[in-house]
Formats: sequence, structure tokens, C-alpha cells
Amino acid sequence: MATFLGINLFGLSGQLLVGLINGSFYALLSLGLAIIFGLLRIINFAQGAIYMLGAFFAWMALQYFGINYWAALILVPLAVGIIGVLMERFLLRPIANEDHLYSLLLTFGLALILQGIFTQTYGSSGLSYAIPESLKGGTRLPFMYLPNYRAWIIVASLTVCISTWWAIEKTKLGAYLRAGTENPQMMQAFGINVPLIVTITFGFGVALAGFAGVIAAPVYAVSPEMGSNILIVVFAIVVIGGMGSIGGAIITGLGMGVVEGLTKYFYPEASTTIIFLVMVVVLLVKPAGLFGKEA
Amino acid sequence: MNAMTKTLMSVAMSAALVSTGAQAALSDDKVKIGVLADMGGVYADICGKGCVAAVEMAVEDFGGTVLGKKIEIVSADDQNKPDVGSAKAREWVESQQVDVVTGLVSSAVTGAVTKVLTDAKKLALISTSASNAFTTKSCSPYNAHWTYNVAALANGTVKPMVQAGKKKWFFITADYAFGHALEKVATGVIKSNGGEVVGNVRAPLGTTDFSSYVLQAQSSGADVVALANAGSDFVNSLKTAAEFGLTEMVDVAGLLVFTANAKALDPAIASGMKLTTGFYWDMDDQTRAWTKRFRQRHDKIPAMGQAGAYSMTMHYLNAVKATGTDDSETVMKYMKEHKPNDFFARNATLRNDGRMVHDMYLVRIKNASERKGEDDIFAIEKTIPGDQAFAPMLSQCDFK
Repeated sequence: MATFLGINLFGLSGQLLVGLINGSFYALLSLGLAIIFGLLRIINFAQGAIYMLGAFFAWMALQYFGINYWAALILVPLAVGIIGVLMERFLLRPIANEDHLYSLLLTFGLALILQGIFTQTYGSSGLSYAIPESLKGGTRLPFMYLPNYRAWIIVASLTVCISTWWAIEKTKLGAYLRAGTENPQMMQAFGINVPLIVTITFGFGVALAGFAGVIAAPVYAVSPEMGSNILIVVFAIVVIGGMGSIGGAIITGLGMGVVEGLTKYFYPEASTTIIFLVMVVVLLVKPAGLFGKEA
Repeated sequence: MNAMTKTLMSVAMSAALVSTGAQAALSDDKVKIGVLADMGGVYADICGKGCVAAVEMAVEDFGGTVLGKKIEIVSADDQNKPDVGSAKAREWVESQQVDVVTGLVSSAVTGAVTKVLTDAKKLALISTSASNAFTTKSCSPYNAHWTYNVAALANGTVKPMVQAGKKKWFFITADYAFGHALEKVATGVIKSNGGEVVGNVRAPLGTTDFSSYVLQAQSSGADVVALANAGSDFVNSLKTAAEFGLTEMVDVAGLLVFTANAKALDPAIASGMKLTTGFYWDMDDQTRAWTKRFRQRHDKIPAMGQAGAYSMTMHYLNAVKATGTDDSETVMKYMKEHKPNDFFARNATLRNDGRMVHDMYLVRIKNASERKGEDDIFAIEKTIPGDQAFAPMLSQCDFK
């Protein structure tokens, strides 16, 4: 077996690939937050609960309406997106001009309420959601067994991430959005309906979390706590990547997946801490984040 | 000085209690039971409101009164936080005349609460905690530990596997007190039966993705991968193990699996796994009859700790009735001298160290075609006699 400095290279390649898979999932999760937190400057603490909502909606769709995984992949983000739109319009808009802390507290409260409702209704142990038949099984690579579903996670996440990045950075709509968040008065003077753009963008960012929830349902425990476990990590990724940088969030998500994967290999006890360690270092060296513009 | 005054006062007070014991059989004229558990967090399903329902059911079955006085129940959410739990327990025993505290889930909370109760000379009836500390290194004459503990899990699940020739073990362990305790006890069982531990990883509590650990387990050359974790950690790690083909290569042993967790898994993944439990609702007519009544108040199948909570409350109330007092020492003495016997406690005895030794069960998770309903989860493979399941009593914990 190939080894280098006493490290099993086959094992390491497996860990790197697994890290990349997780990284693409982190990228998908942080993308929604990067849009809401980075562009709209709303600290949405309910993003984790909404990710949980996505997974539960997928389960409910299958359980109550017989809607399969593939249809859920489209329908659930739509449903979750509508909830996001309502949330922005009726809860966040009235406090839009207040300090950022207000939106943080409001969304945090919302997250607790959602989590409480689901614990009360479905219990804390979680629900079962099977991997769709067409994605079962896997491929045997020289260094590891790659389950088809994990390969699908990479494909789906990166497709969504890259097209979102393209829409925001390269299209006219994206330009309106970026300009609208940078200088709303100016854009309104040009006759652009900025509040509507904000609402739609928020809805889209939330829908991405719903999408991630559906992606997660077959492989992770579908339980009310699932969102709160992952939310803080995702916030850290957005901060490391740099506020307002969509590309930064994607690349950082991928990178942090790999870093975390390697930590799990060499020193598992630190695996939940390592991302915060990186965050501290990045904030000390480059306060705007790796890809953020210095203010 | 303050501590001195406190000690003097408690001596004076207990003297007063003893001297008035003859006239007032029950202190403050009632028996009050506190149920302390995680009511809305990760462990809500395995005790929580179901434990409250079980205790209410026991009190009702007992007749609602003892020695002509009312039995009261109070309950509180410990939020899985030792400080919250111990503050609540202190408030209960110091100002609300609570005589006994039951429920008790997270081992960390139970550790803090039993300290408070022992200081106050009140009984802790532990239903759901896994750690064996409360009857070993932190044993106390005021503790009774009912349903199961890590030693019973290791003896029940691990021992037969090692004896059947599965000698090499790899652990994926939850990185906190409970996981460490479970791994330690299980490692002892493996070694004393001629097996070896070829590797382990400590995964932080609440880890979402276990794929890295599963790969490490895969390349370790182990015959068995043991999951020394619980709740969603268990569900996540087993889901990943199945996805990466680990469950097809080697045996994966879940060391602490509650029915609710097994239910949260696709039968295709979980079926065939063997595990140890202190109770299963569908075991025989007695358990089914009790479960039917339980479900009229709490519409879920009972977790083992909930059944345990009923059993221990009943045994406690019987002791109060028989001794004519709610004095902790007298009641505990009676509880240890008389064997509990009900739908839950089979071949049972409460040892002097506070360990309730009873039959445990090695069960197998049923596959989809065997299941007759959504609650049809385990098939009982073997009854493990209590003395084989639990570790022997330590001499320093022999409280007569």
C-alpha cells in the first residue's frame, strides 16, 4: 500500500474525496446564507431551521402525498421559498431599518419556534427517509467505495452553486441586485423596485436552504435539531469567505469541507472546532474575509 | 463557618425529623414526586413527557393516595443542562417538599442532581441515564438506578459477539462522558473475552457527517464496528455506514439504541442489527397490556426508561405504604429488601449499591417484511439474566 511519511495515501485520497463531498454540501448551504447575510445584510438565524424544514417537507411530501424525491427536489424549495417571501414581507420588512440585532433576534426566535413545533409533533428522534432507488449502490474506486448518492451531492450542489453565482455576478438581474443592496436610493431613482428585489432574493436564499434540506434527508438524520447543529458552521464559512462574496462562499465551503475532512482523519476530536480556528485566524489577518472587499 | 452552621442545622433538623417521625408518618403530610427530564431537546423522546405520563399512571394505579394522604407529582425540564437540573432539584427538595426525584436522563445532569439529593437525604430514582457511575464511583445510599447502564449494554451486546469469534473491534465513540464510559466498559468486555480493539475515533457530539470515520473504520481491518453513541449521532453514523457499504463488509453494533431511533432508520439499513434493551413493549401479554394503557395517555410506544419510571415509582409507593413513612432511609431499606416485580421488573432485585438488577434482552431489529406495523421494530432473541448483564457490586458501595 502506498505510504508517504507513514501516512496511508489511499486512505488520505478517500478522506480528501469525502471532504470535497462535504465541502460541496457546505457550499450549497452557505450559498443561501451568503446571499441573505452577505448581500441583504440580514442575519438570518432561521436558515438552519429552514434547512430542517426542507428535510421534513420532503418526508411529509412522500409520506402524505406520495411525492417522490425528484419531485420534492423542485417542489420543496418552492414551498420553502414562499415561506421565505412571507417571512421577509411580514416579519423582516417592518424592522428593516432597525439595528441588525433585531433581525437576528427575530429569526432566532423563529428558529426556536419551528424547532419546538417539530419536536412536539414528530418527536426528537427523527424520521426515516430512504435513498431514492435510482441513486442506491455505488462505485468501487481504487481507494474507496463511492456511494452514488454522494456523487450526486457533488453534482447537484455544484450545479446549483455555479448557476447561482453566474446569475448574480454575470446577468443583468444580478447586477440590479448587487446595485440595489449597495445603494438602494440610487436604484430606486432609476425606477427599480428595490423592495421587491430584496423580497425575491430573500425567498431565493431561503429556498436554497430548503433544497439543501431535501438533499440531506436521505443521508442524515431528519430531526428537529439537524439545522441548529450545522448553522453556526455555515455562518463561519460565510465569514471566512468574506461578506457579500458569492464565489467566496462557494470556494470556502469546498475548502472547509476538505480541511474538516483532514482533521477528522488526523485529530477527530478537533473536527468541530477547526473551522472556527480558521475563522479566528482569517479575521485576524484579513478582517473582510478571504474574498471580501476591504471596506 | 457557614458550612459548619449548615451541618449543625441539618443535624438538628434530621434529629427533629426522627423524633417527630413517630407522630407524623409523612413529612409535611403528603408524598411528592418530582419528574426531571429533557422535555423538548434531543432526549425528549426517550423519557420527557412520556416519563411524566408513566409516573402519573403509576400514581393513579396505586390509587392516588398513600397512607390516606395525597400523592403529588411535579415535573420540570432540565434542558440537558446539569446546572439547570441541579438548581431545580435543590428548589424542589428545599422549598417544595419533594420527597423523591425520578426521570433523570442525561448522565451529566443525573450526576449533578444525585449530589444535591444525597446532600438533602432525598432519593434519586434514575430511569434513563446510561452511565454506571451512580452505582460505582459516585455511588450513594440515596440512588436507585433502574432500567439499564453501560455495563449491561456491553455485556449484552458485545460479549456474545466476541465469543462467537468476532475478535477485532473498532469504536466510533461520542466524544463526551457517556461515550467514553461506554467505550471503556465495552473494551473491558472485549479484552476479557480474548478480543482486541484495533482502533477508535472520538466524534464530537452532534456530528452530522460520519463518512470520514466510516472510511477509517473500513480500513482498520476490524470484524466489528461498534457505535458507542446515541440518538441522532447513532442514526447518522449508521446511515453513513450503510451508504458506504460498511454494513455489508463487517458487523456494525449499535451499543445504545432506543426504539424511537430504530424507528427513524430505513429497515433496509438497520435490520438484523442486534442490541441490548431493558424493555420492549411487544414482549408478552403483560408488556402489551401495560403499553395499551400507556398509549391512552401518551400516544407513542413506551421507551425503556418510561416503563422503568413506572416500575420504580410503583416500587417506591409500595415501600412508603408498607413502612408507613416517607423517610428516605427507611423506604430505601424496604425497597432493597423486597424484590420489585411487575411487567417491567423480571427476576429483579434492588442491590445494596442501588443497582436494580433485572432481566435484559438481546433483540434484533426486524426487516421490512417481518414488521406488522410501524411500531413492530424488535424481535427478542434472548433473555439475559440480570446477574450476567450487570457488573458485580463494588464493596465500597454496599449500603445496607
